[in-house]
Amino acid sequence: MTDVREALMVGRTSDGRTVRRPLSPHLQVYKPQITSTLSIFHRFTGIALSVGTLLLVWWLVAAATSDAAYASVSGFIRSPVGYLLLFGWTAALWYHFCSGIRHLFWDVGYGFELPTVHATGKAVLVATVVLTLLTWVVGLATL
Amino acid sequence: MADKAASPVIMRSMLGQVRGLGSAKAGTAHWWAQRMTAVALVPLTLWFVCAVIRLAGLPRAAVVDWAASPLTATLLVALVLATFHHLQLGLQVVMEDYIHRDRPRMLWLLVMKAAAALLGLAALIAVLKLAFTG
Repeated sequence: MTDVREALMVGRTSDGRTVRRPLSPHLQVYKPQITSTLSIFHRFTGIALSVGTLLLVWWLVAAATSDAAYASVSGFIRSPVGYLLLFGWTAALWYHFCSGIRHLFWDVGYGFELPTVHATGKAVLVATVVLTLLTWVVGLATL
Repeated sequence: MADKAASPVIMRSMLGQVRGLGSAKAGTAHWWAQRMTAVALVPLTLWFVCAVIRLAGLPRAAVVDWAASPLTATLLVALVLATFHHLQLGLQVVMEDYIHRDRPRMLWLLVMKAAAALLGLAALIAVLKLAFTG
């Protein structure tokens, strides 16, 4: 122990061993890295998609209501703002989708080595761009 | 001390060990539900995006026809339930992490859960109406 404040870092595991408690990084003084940045992206896209479900609910309710209601949701989606929101929603969806699969692999214990973490992180970004563009190319082609 | 090192003292009660409850005062139900809905949403999302691409630009009648099929209705109900359950579990964690004072945290959790429940129910009613009357 080099400093009296170290005493605050003494913790105990559930089987009784004393350990030095891990300390969460302080975001203000922490250099952004692909690991932390993608983690924040996952939360951010999750929040954005939650708000985006308003559009999903509007679409479903309008389809179940009347031609006029469906025309208004179609009109909104095909406005410049609607296209922009839907494009952002698509990108957020594919990011959260790919990043979520990466999280599920971590949950079952795979992919924790740092080079793997960096490689899968980059793969998630590439897959997001590819899937977003693919969705829009196919979507606009079928219009 | 030598004995202690050989068999470490377990600080939790036997009931606590059986329940698997840690410092969060809760079990794994929340974590597990978030993962199960995530796994369910992988195929459901792929199916839904493909379906929406095929419906893009078509009139309401095409959407009604599509949603009236029992298979579509089943998958839509599954999608809505999994989406809104997953969404409220995720937003709960975000709010618990960033809203530090008890009263605002409880208030916002209640507002968020009520909004998620009502939006999910609205989507569900719409899907069922399309399934039964479409």
